Amino acid sequence: MAASPVLPKLVGQRVKRREDPRLIQGLGTYVDDIKIVDMQHVAFKRSDVAHGRIRSLDTSAAESMPGVKAVLSGAQIAEFVGPMPIGTPFPSPDHHAVAVDAVRYVGEAVAVVVATDRYVARDAADAIVVDYEVLPAVVDVEQAMTGQPAQVHADFENNLAVALVPSGTGVSADLKTIDDSAIDKAFADAEVVVSQRMLNQRLAPTAMEPRGVVAHYEPGKDTMTIWSSTQNPHILRSFIAAMNGMGQDQVRAIAPEVGGGFGAKINIYAEEYVVAGLSKRFGLPLKWTEDRSEAFLATTHGRDILGYIDIAATRDGKVLGMKLRLIADIGAYNMLLTAAIPTLTMMMANATYDIPAIRTTLTEVFTNKTPTDAYRGAGRPEATYFVERGMDMLARELGMDPAELRRKNFIQPDQFPYATQMGAVYDSGDYGKALDRALENASWDELKQQRDAAQAEGRLVGLGLAMYVEVCGLGPSSSLPTGGWEHSQVTVERDGRISATTGASPHGQGNETTFGQMLADQFGVPLEHITIHHGDTGVVKQGIGTFGSRSQAVGGTAIHLAGAKVKEKMAKYAAALIEANEDDLVFEDGRISVKGAPDSGKTFAEIAAYAYVPVPLPEGLTPGLSEEAFFEPANNTYPFGCHIALMEIDRETGEPTLLRLVAVDDAGNLINPLIVEGQVHGGLAQGIGQAMIEEVRYGEDGQPLTGSFMDYAVPRASDLPRFEMDSTVTPTPVNPLGAKGVGEAGTLGSTPCVVSAAVDALSQFGVTHIDMMLRPEKLWQIIHGGQS
Amino acid sequence: MAQVSITVNGEQRSADVDPRMLLVHFLREQLNLTGTHVGCDTSQCGACTVLVDGRSAKSCTIFAVQAHGSEVTTIEGLADGDQLHPLQNGFWEEHGLQCGYCTPGMIMSAVNLLKDNPSPTEREIREGLDGNLCRCTGYQHIVNAVQHAADKG
Ligand code: FES
Ligand code: FES
Repeated sequence: MAASPVLPKLVGQRVKRREDPRLIQGLGTYVDDIKIVDMQHVAFKRSDVAHGRIRSLDTSAAESMPGVKAVLSGAQIAEFVGPMPIGTPFPSPDHHAVAVDAVRYVGEAVAVVVATDRYVARDAADAIVVDYEVLPAVVDVEQAMTGQPAQVHADFENNLAVALVPSGTGVSADLKTIDDSAIDKAFADAEVVVSQRMLNQRLAPTAMEPRGVVAHYEPGKDTMTIWSSTQNPHILRSFIAAMNGMGQDQVRAIAPEVGGGFGAKINIYAEEYVVAGLSKRFGLPLKWTEDRSEAFLATTHGRDILGYIDIAATRDGKVLGMKLRLIADIGAYNMLLTAAIPTLTMMMANATYDIPAIRTTLTEVFTNKTPTDAYRGAGRPEATYFVERGMDMLARELGMDPAELRRKNFIQPDQFPYATQMGAVYDSGDYGKALDRALENASWDELKQQRDAAQAEGRLVGLGLAMYVEVCGLGPSSSLPTGGWEHSQVTVERDGRISATTGASPHGQGNETTFGQMLADQFGVPLEHITIHHGDTGVVKQGIGTFGSRSQAVGGTAIHLAGAKVKEKMAKYAAALIEANEDDLVFEDGRISVKGAPDSGKTFAEIAAYAYVPVPLPEGLTPGLSEEAFFEPANNTYPFGCHIALMEIDRETGEPTLLRLVAVDDAGNLINPLIVEGQVHGGLAQGIGQAMIEEVRYGEDGQPLTGSFMDYAVPRASDLPRFEMDSTVTPTPVNPLGAKGVGEAGTLGSTPCVVSAAVDALSQFGVTHIDMMLRPEKLWQIIHGGQS
Repeated sequence: MAQVSITVNGEQRSADVDPRMLLVHFLREQLNLTGTHVGCDTSQCGACTVLVDGRSAKSCTIFAVQAHGSEVTTIEGLADGDQLHPLQNGFWEEHGLQCGYCTPGMIMSAVNLLKDNPSPTEREIREGLDGNLCRCTGYQHIVNAVQHAADKG
């Protein structure tokens, strides 16, 4: 008998990705790469006013263009596409996929064209003439709360989408009783209070692949297939089926290769409903591909929340209490998760600290801007930013080292599981360990001396530090309206290869690799013998999707559990075939054999073949090796870390340069450290981008001023330093893998530590806070014109 | 309609095209070479980068008719048979991609970069790739990938 190769254990190794060969050769299939015979192209005419009533819509020129099949107004679309549902329990105005009589942001769709060719479709959309009665645009969020200069929705007085919701110490879960005594006492006892208004500005998520949809309704079968650049095909399937009066069994949703999501591809969009609805109506395959210019207007934005923070403390740095008043500018409509995102900011207000009393309040406000929804981190970077900037201000006020102030207030390792003032239960943590590691890696004390020496020479050098804790691995179902679980089916095929499905539909996360690593170890087979199927509701029976850093913690666990069930059954078949006790068997190196006696066993493929032609059928067994598992965690996971930044600002130009970024992240157990590093790198770039160069801006008339890559700065390679990475490992008890999730971590600590570094560099000019982004002009003003 | 004839990945391809058709759409729609991507409409993201007569070019800024008579190399034509190009290898080895959308353009730009400067410094790589946006990787592994290719190339 030929000796089996000895297979290395793969979990925990830097395994290079299995996804890459197709992607580096241009062989991946993204939505816009899909072609179907007879496919027609859809284009949208979009509003160029921020707020107005549609007086008339003239489609005659468009209709007469050769190649144009149909032009439809919002009212015509509304005949078969109803108002779009949302995924949160908050009251919401009707939101038509295509505006019927009023427009509420620049970019809102007002008409739809179907044509034989995408160039013709665009020409026809341009030829549609819309006459608007222009209304005053609601742009400033605090002015909007007074009902001025207009109301975005008639039924929402003072533009309040969500009127003041309190949370935290003294607030009962049902909001019925509110007891202010603890928070009042904290502030009465305080020796020091720092207060600041901070804007966590509006951002454009900007996945490099814009959105796209192909829908193909087949009248003969009464089925619909929809391909979309989405993070969650199963949720898409549910909503598309419901909107079209079809069963979920009749709709197949496919997320093919998806070119990034960052939260903006969770939402189910107007274009998905319209393209699907039109395909059903015409019985033709249709495609729509978003232009980048459209993406800046029609894909949801992120962040845009004002925070008023007050921190009460003693002189020796013990935080006694915190107030955080939040005002979210959610734009013109509620989208799938819009209203829920700022509630995560409230939830994470406790940060990494043992604070005796916290009170937050949240108000959500409609304005005439693109709606907001999830953007990488979704609510948690906002909380981290407000609290960490606040802690930085407190340290400065007290003349304390910012690291020492943090350490003094940490939740201690023996306090976990830790119930926060905000109602979260942190699973596990060791914040001091992450802080120490980061200080060590950054050489904190030397760095402080270098900074002081540089400042003494007249250079504007500053240091910033931030801790973070986030909520990841989203579940259980009580916390997610879609259900808070994940699903997998693992099948050992007749030839001994393994097929596994996952509902965690990836868009760059590398699940084919990490999930493959887990199964390879679990079954003792080569990675090449495993295929992970995802992103197709026709193949993957159930699923929720990929967001909230949940793929590994929830999706990975579902795979692991389904695998364990198959393995148990396979062991029974093996025990019967080799006449051994199943408890004595090991799955190793492509064989199943008695522990310590590899020659005693059979190959994996031999056992698999037996299970599919089980003659004789072992008692109590059914044929086949295919099992499924749903996994719903009992709690979220709470990864954490510490980020440190070193920045220099040019005195003459105000230009900031980020010199160093030291990151220590704790995501629990890591399946593939190479992929984890990549995830953190990407998050850091986005977090630094927010601090330094990214900002969606609107003019007073509600016109977007950042509608292309010319005006909206996505970080480029030369904008960023080489990140200095490390991790600590504090496993979670919430799932059997001990993995917490890492997709968003990079965006949490980086933003406040970079801003704090800038404040540190300019503190000699009397500045204690600088609102993002760190535009050179703004910094120059501080240097040359006194405080901003 | 205008007649164009372009050598794409070593094969002569001819077609009647709308004079306003962009080279990127000619490649993607007419030739089904969908490895070249479109990430913007203002010539800034570099997702559409190909080689035209050996130099990197953004195929969304060129009309197909302007490329008449040229030699174009796309990501599909970069490998030598089964042998991946050193940059393709570098991106794989160093985890230089996540969603993969920017990757073909990024690799084609890097081909040009290494042609001009076979052993670039990290700074030179970062500046050399400034015309290509990646939203996933934070660029660090892309820099490593290019260094990997430069070392092996
Ligand atoms: S598609 Fe963005 S530069 Fe060509
Ligand atoms: S890998 Fe996704 S944009 Fe670069």
